[in-house]
Amino acid sequence: MAPEPPLLTMSGITKSFPGVRALDGVDLDVQAGEVHCLLGQNGAGKSTLIKVLAGAHQPDDGTIGWRGAPVTLKSPIAAMRLGIATIYQELDLVEGLSVAENVHLGHEPTSAGFVVRGKAARASTAALLKRLGHPEIDPARLVGELSAAQQQIVSMARALSHDVRLIVMDEPSAALDPDEVDNLFRIVGDLTTEGVAVVYISHRLEEIRRIGDRVTVLKDGRAVAGGLPAKSTPTSEVVALMTGRNVEYVFPDRPSTRPPGEPVLTVQGLSREGEFESLDLDLRPGEIVGLAGLVGSGRSEILETIYGARKPTAGRISVDGRPLRPGSVRAAVRAGLGLAPEERKAQALLMLESVTRNVSVSSMSRFAHGGWIDRRAERGAARAATRELSLRPDNPSVPVRTLSGGNQQKAVLARWLLRGCRVLLLDEPTRGVDVGARAELYAVIRRLADEGLAVLLVSSEVPEVLGLADRVLVLREGRVVHTAPAQELDEHRVLDLVMEGTS
Amino acid sequence: MTQPASPPRPGETLKTSPPDGIASWRTLAARADVRTLSLLGVLAALIVIGGITKPDEFLDTRNLQLVLTQASVIGVVTVGMTFVITSGGIDLSVGAIVALSSVWATTVATQEYGFAGVLFTAVLVGVGCGLVNGLLIAYGAMVPFIATLAMLASARGLALQITDGKTQIVTIDGILKLGERDSYVLGIPPLVLVFAVVTVIGWLILNRTTFGRRTVAVGGNAEAARLAGIDVRRQRLYLYLLSGLCCGIAAFLLIILSGSGQNTNGNLYELDAIAAAIIGGTLLSGGRGTITGSVLGVLIFTTITNIFALNNLQSDVQQIAKGAIIVAAVLVQRRTASTT
Repeated sequence: MAPEPPLLTMSGITKSFPGVRALDGVDLDVQAGEVHCLLGQNGAGKSTLIKVLAGAHQPDDGTIGWRGAPVTLKSPIAAMRLGIATIYQELDLVEGLSVAENVHLGHEPTSAGFVVRGKAARASTAALLKRLGHPEIDPARLVGELSAAQQQIVSMARALSHDVRLIVMDEPSAALDPDEVDNLFRIVGDLTTEGVAVVYISHRLEEIRRIGDRVTVLKDGRAVAGGLPAKSTPTSEVVALMTGRNVEYVFPDRPSTRPPGEPVLTVQGLSREGEFESLDLDLRPGEIVGLAGLVGSGRSEILETIYGARKPTAGRISVDGRPLRPGSVRAAVRAGLGLAPEERKAQALLMLESVTRNVSVSSMSRFAHGGWIDRRAERGAARAATRELSLRPDNPSVPVRTLSGGNQQKAVLARWLLRGCRVLLLDEPTRGVDVGARAELYAVIRRLADEGLAVLLVSSEVPEVLGLADRVLVLREGRVVHTAPAQELDEHRVLDLVMEGTS
Repeated sequence: MTQPASPPRPGETLKTSPPDGIASWRTLAARADVRTLSLLGVLAALIVIGGITKPDEFLDTRNLQLVLTQASVIGVVTVGMTFVITSGGIDLSVGAIVALSSVWATTVATQEYGFAGVLFTAVLVGVGCGLVNGLLIAYGAMVPFIATLAMLASARGLALQITDGKTQIVTIDGILKLGERDSYVLGIPPLVLVFAVVTVIGWLILNRTTFGRRTVAVGGNAEAARLAGIDVRRQRLYLYLLSGLCCGIAAFLLIILSGSGQNTNGNLYELDAIAAAIIGGTLLSGGRGTITGSVLGVLIFTTITNIFALNNLQSDVQQIAKGAIIVAAVLVQRRTASTT
C-alpha cells in the first residue's frame, strides 16, 4: 500500500442499541483504490458499521478521519458530500420514477434553480450506465419495470452520479446471476483503477478472494482482525476468526436415548421456485432438528412454507401421515403446527395487547361459549402456560410490549403450548434476546421437546443450531448439502459447507 | 349513559383479578379513565355552556330528548364504524347506505308489506351493501378506502334513481307512531332505546367475544393474526357486513324520525361517524377501539350542534368548531399515548 494517509480511518467506533452493544470499539482503515472486504457472521456488526459510515447512525464513541482530517458524519447528506456512497442490500429506489429521475434524485440538474433539465439528466444517466456496462437500460424507463439486477445497476449509477471516492456495497452479488457478478467485478475493478475505494461486504469467500485486497473480520461488535491480505489468508484462519467466541452458551443436555416413534411431520420434495428445492424431512416427537444456512439460503422460507404461509410449487407435507393442505395457515394450525416467526413484533405479537391476549389468540374458541369469552378461564390458562415457561414478570395482564425480547419469545411459545401444538417451528428464536436470557430459552425449548414436541429450528448462529439440535440439515442456496447428527459436526465444518459448498 | 362504563369499578377489579394483577389493572383503568373522563369532561362543559347561554331552552326535557334522538341515528352508524376502524379499515359508504336503505324501504311497493316489510328491507339493503363492500375488500383485495368510496357513489346514485329526487312519505301508522311522544318509554324515545341496545351489544361484542378479539387482532397486526391461525379475510367480510347492518338499522330510525325516505339522507354521515370514533379514542390505524368513546364522541358532536342552533349560530361556525375539536382531541390523545 502507498504510504500516503488512508482515505478513511475509523477508530474506536462504539454504538449501542437498547440491550445490545452493536459495535464495541471497531477500527477500520481504507486506502484509496483498494477493495476492502468486511466479513462477519450475522449480528457481528457489519450493518451497523456501514450505517455509521453512511451517516445513518451516529456512533456513541470513536473518531472518523477522512483524508487525514477528522470529520463527523451527522447525516447521510453529509457523508454523500464527502464522497461516500452506500448501496444497501435492500435497494432504495423509487419504482414509480424513471431511471434518470432515480439516479439524480435529490440533486437534479436544474435551470433557474428549480426547473429540472430532464434531457441533461437522461444524457448523464446514459453515460453512467454505459460506463457500468449496461447501455441497454433506457434512462426514461420506470425503475419498477427493470429486473433486480438492472435495478442494482441503477443503484450503482446513482452512487456514481455523485463525486464519489468511497463506495460501500452491502452484499451486492446476492441477487445476481454469475454473468452479472462478472460484470459487477469488472465495474469494481474499473472504479479502483480510478482511485475509488470500495468497502465490499459478502458472505462468499470465493468472491472476496477474487476481488478483495484486504479483509477486516468483525465478530460480536469488534474487529477481530484488520487488514488481512484477502488473497493469501487461509480459509481456516478466516473462519476461525469469525467463529471464535467470547460468550460461551450453555446448552441443555440431550436425552441419552431417543424415543424412536413415528414421524409427526413428514416433508417430501418440498420446493418453492427461486427459494429452495426438493427438501425431504422427517420430524419425530421429542426431536429437535436444526436448519443451518446463511441468509438467503431459504431457511425462513422453508418454515413458512411448511406452516402454510407460503404456497409450495412442488412437494408434499403431512402430519401424522395425513396430507396437509398446502398454503393454508389455518389447516396447519389445526393439524398441530405452530410458528414462532423471525420478526416477532411484525409477525407474531399484538403489541398493544396484554400477554394474556397474545397467548390466547390461537386458542380463543376454547374459552368461548357461543363466541362469549370466559375471561377468567382464559387468564388462568394463559397464566399456567406462561408460568410453565417462567415468563417474567409473572403477571399476564401486562402489555406484551413491556416485556424483554426473551420474554416476548416465551409469550409466543406459550401461545403454542396453550394451543397444544405438536410441531413447533422456530425461526431465529433468540434474535433480539439478551445473551444471558438465551440459555434459559434453550432449556425451555429442550424441555418442550422432552415433553414430546417436535421442533424444527432455524438459526443463522451456527453454534446455536449445533448446541440445541439433535440433527442438523445444512442448507446452501436452497438445497440441503449435508445432513448429520449435531455431535458429528462442528462450527468450522458447517461454515465451510455453507460458504464454499466443499466437503 | 346506558352502556357499561369501560373501566372496571374498584370492587370488581379486586374481585376478578388476582393480587399481583392489581397494579397493572390500575394503570389500565387509569389510562382508560383519562380518555373517558376527558370526554365526559368535554360533554359536561358543553352542557354547562348550553345551560348558561340558553337556560330555558337547552335544559328543557324536550330539547334533551331531541338531542338524544338526533344522536341515535348517527350513533348506531358510529358503532359499526368503530368496529371497522378498529380492524384497520374504513367505511366511507355508511351515509350512502343509510340513504339507499331508507329510500328502498319506503317505496310504495315496500310499504305494502307494512311495518315488518319496511324494517326488513332497510336491514337487508344495509347488509347487502355491506356484503358487497366486504367481498371486494376481503376477497377482492381492494383497499377499503376505494371499495367503500365506490359504494358511496353507487349507493347514492341508486338512491336517486329510486326516488327520482322526490321525498317518499311513510303512510304506515305503526312506524309513524314510534316517532310520537305517546311511544316514549319513561320519557325516553324508542329511537334512543334502540341506540342504547345497539351500544350495549356492540360493547359486549367488542370486549367480551372472540369476534371482538379477532377484530382487534386483525387491526393491531394483520400478519400476526394470520400466522396465529385467524381467518383474517372472513373476519374482514363480517366487519363490513356488521357496518352495513348498523346502517340498515340507522336507516330505519331515520325513517321513523322523518316519516319519510329521501335520497339525500345520511349526507356526510361517514365523516361524522369517523370523527366521533376518532375523538372517542379508536385508533385510525386499527388495533384499539372503544365503543364508550365513540358514543361520547357522538354525544359531544350532537350537543354542539344543538347549542349552536339554539344560539342561532350558523352551520359554518359549527363546522369550524367540529374541526377544531377533532384536532384538539387527537393532539391530546397523542400526548397521553406517548406518556403511557
